[in-house]
Amino acid sequence: MADSLRDRIQKFILENYLFTSDTSALGLDDSLLGRGIVDSTGMLEIIMFIEEQIGVTVKDEEMVPENLDSVSRIVAFVESKRKVA
Amino acid sequence: MLQRMVGAIQHRGPDGSGYHVESGVGLGHARLSIIDLAGGAQPVHNEDRTVWISYNGEVFNYVELRRLLEQRGHRFYTSTDTEVIVHLYEEFGDEFVHELNGQFAFALWDRPRRRLLLVRDRAGILPLYYARTRGGVLFASEVKALLASGQVSAELDPDGLDETFTFWAPLAPRTMFRGVAQVCPGEMVVLQGTKLERRSYWHWQFPENGTHRRAPQSQLEDELRELLADATNVRLRADVPVGAYLSGGLDSSSLVALLNRTVPEILRTFSIGFDDAGLDETEHQQRMVAHLRTVNSRVQCTLGDIAASFPNTIRHTESPILRTAPAPMRLLSALVRRSGVKVVLTGEGADEVLGGYDIFKEAKVRQFWASNPSSAWRPGLLKRLYPYLDFTSAQSAAYLKEFFGVGLDHPDDPFFSHLPRWATTAQCKLFFSDEFRARIEGSATERLRATLPDGIARWHPFNRGEYLEAHTLLPSYLLSSQGDRMLMANSVEGRFPFLDHRLIAFANALHPRYKMRVLREKHLLRQSMRADLPPSILQRAKQPYRAPDAAAFLQGAVPDYVNQLLGRDCLARYGYFDPDKVGRLVAKLSRARVPAARDNMAFVGVLSTQLWHRQFVEGRSVSDG
Repeated sequence: MADSLRDRIQKFILENYLFTSDTSALGLDDSLLGRGIVDSTGMLEIIMFIEEQIGVTVKDEEMVPENLDSVSRIVAFVESKRKVA
Repeated sequence: MLQRMVGAIQHRGPDGSGYHVESGVGLGHARLSIIDLAGGAQPVHNEDRTVWISYNGEVFNYVELRRLLEQRGHRFYTSTDTEVIVHLYEEFGDEFVHELNGQFAFALWDRPRRRLLLVRDRAGILPLYYARTRGGVLFASEVKALLASGQVSAELDPDGLDETFTFWAPLAPRTMFRGVAQVCPGEMVVLQGTKLERRSYWHWQFPENGTHRRAPQSQLEDELRELLADATNVRLRADVPVGAYLSGGLDSSSLVALLNRTVPEILRTFSIGFDDAGLDETEHQQRMVAHLRTVNSRVQCTLGDIAASFPNTIRHTESPILRTAPAPMRLLSALVRRSGVKVVLTGEGADEVLGGYDIFKEAKVRQFWASNPSSAWRPGLLKRLYPYLDFTSAQSAAYLKEFFGVGLDHPDDPFFSHLPRWATTAQCKLFFSDEFRARIEGSATERLRATLPDGIARWHPFNRGEYLEAHTLLPSYLLSSQGDRMLMANSVEGRFPFLDHRLIAFANALHPRYKMRVLREKHLLRQSMRADLPPSILQRAKQPYRAPDAAAFLQGAVPDYVNQLLGRDCLARYGYFDPDKVGRLVAKLSRARVPAARDNMAFVGVLSTQLWHRQFVEGRSVSDG
C-alpha cells in the first residue's frame, strides 16, 4: 500500500513538474521547493491531487513544507491523516 | 539590395521610400509621414549635401531647436524634425544628441570625415540593428531588412534564447539572431573605416542613497504635473490626427485627462477588452470615457483572435516571447489605423519611472523581512501584493516564504529585487533539449551583472530595482515586442510622455517614498492628478496588462500550426526543446483547470521559438504546411 501510494505521488510529480517518467530525476527526499520543482500555483495542484485523487483533505494549517515538500513527506502526511481518519 | 531591404520593412513606412547612394555608403528609407507630409522625403541632407540622414522617429523639441539653428545661420529646405538633426550635428558635433528630446533611431553619414553614426534614443523606444558582413556593416530598423539583403543569414543565438527564458528578451546589444547586434538604448555606434566604436551618451542614473532631492511634497506634485503636461503637449506635434490608448488604469487615464485640457477637438481613444473577466478592464475604461467624453473604439479580443494572429505577431517581434500579451496590442494598432489615426499616446513607462510595479513592492516587503528573517508575520504581507492571482490567498505564510525568500540572506545584492522573478522564469529552461543546453555559454544573470554601473551598490535598493527594470524588461520587451513592433506592424507611431527624459531625471532624483508610500504604488502621480481623475481610478490598485496564454491555443480546436510545430518531428528537427517534455506539458495544460504561471510561460516560449525558427531560419510562412 505504502509503495503504491509513494509511486503514485512520485509519478504525479515527475509527470506534472519535471515532464518525464524517468524516476531517477526525482529522489524521494528531494525538496520540491529547494529544487525549484513547484511554483506558487504548482503547490495548489499538488494539494488538489492529494484531495481529489488520494482522497485526503488538506487543512490550511497543514499546508506547510514539513508536510508537502518531498515525496516522502507527502507519503508520511497522507498516511498519518489516514490513521487519524 | 537597398530596395529589397526597405521593402522588407515597408509596414514601418508605407507612405514613400527614398535612397541615397554614394561611394562608401547607401541609405534607404521607408517613410511614415507625420510631420511635413509633402516635403519630408528622406534621406535628408544639409546645405552642401555633405551630411545625410535616414531617420525613424520624432524629435519633439524640433521647433525650438530649429529656431536656434536658424539664428546661427543654418538654412532649411524642409519643415521636418529630421532636417534639424543634420544641422544640429554640424553645429555641435557628436554632442548634438544631448539636445534631442524624443524617440529616434537614425543613421547619419558625415561625408568629409567618412563616418557613419548609428544612434538610438535614451529609453530604447525605437529599434536599430546592425550586422557586420564581408563588405562592411549593414543596419536597419528591423532584422528582417538585414535578412533581405542576402548577406546576413538567420541563425539562433543560444545565449539570446537563454536570456529570453530568464529576462523575457535578449538584452541589448544581443538579439535572437547570431551575428546581429542592436544599438543599445542611449547609445551611439560610430563606424569609421573598419573601426566600430560603441559610445553610451545617456544612462538611468540615480543619486547615492541619502542624497535624494529634498522638497515639500506639494512642490513636487506641481512639478510633476507641469512636466507631464509639457511632455504630453510636445508629443501632440504632428500634421496628422493623434489619439491615445486607454487601458482604464492610472497612467493612460492621467494622459487622457491632460490631453483633454489641451486638445480642442474630441479626443479619440482606443481600448482592449477580453472575455475573461479576470483580465478585462472594460468597466474602468468606460468610466474614463464617460468622465472625459472621448470617442472610444474597442477591440474585444477572443482566444481565437490570439491564436490566429500569433504567427504574424512573432514575425513582427522577431523574437520568441513568454506571454501572448503583444498579440492583442497588434489587433489594437490595426483598429487605430482603420480609424484613420496614425499616432497614439500611451502610458507605457509610468510604472518604471514613477514606481508602479508589484516587483518593487515585493522587494520592499522582502527587504523588510530580511531585516528579521525569523518573522512569520513579515512575509505574510506578500499576500497583499497579489490579490489578483487566483488562490494565492489560500497559501500559507510558510510557502510564501519559500517562493519569495530567494536571496534573503543577501539583501544588498543589486539583483535582490529580481531574483524570485528570474528564478521562476528560468524554470522554463527545463524544456531545453540536452543538446541545446550544451550550446549555452555562461550565465545570463552573470552577463548582466558585468554591465551594472559602478555606483549601484550605493543606491537605494528601490532604485536598484528600477534600474534593472529599465534595463531589462522595458526596452527589450515592453517597448519592443509589446510596443514598437506591434504599433509599426500597422504603421502606427506610439508616443510615450512618461519616458520624456526630463521626467525620468526628475523622478530618478526623488526619494523612493514619493513613488511607493508604504505599499501604495505611484504615490506622487496619484497625488498630482487628484483634481483631474475620478476617485475610482485614483484609488484603483494596479492591474497588470495580461492576455490569455496557453488557453488561447488549447481550448477548443487546436490550430494546425500548433499541432505541427509542437509535434515530435518538428521539435526534434529544430533541436531546441525536448519533445517528450513538451508533449507532457501540452497534455498537462490541455487538462488543467488552473494552469500554473510557469507552465503558461513555458508553453508560449516553446511555441513562439518554434514559430520564430519556422519563419526566420526556414524562411517559410506558417500556412506553407
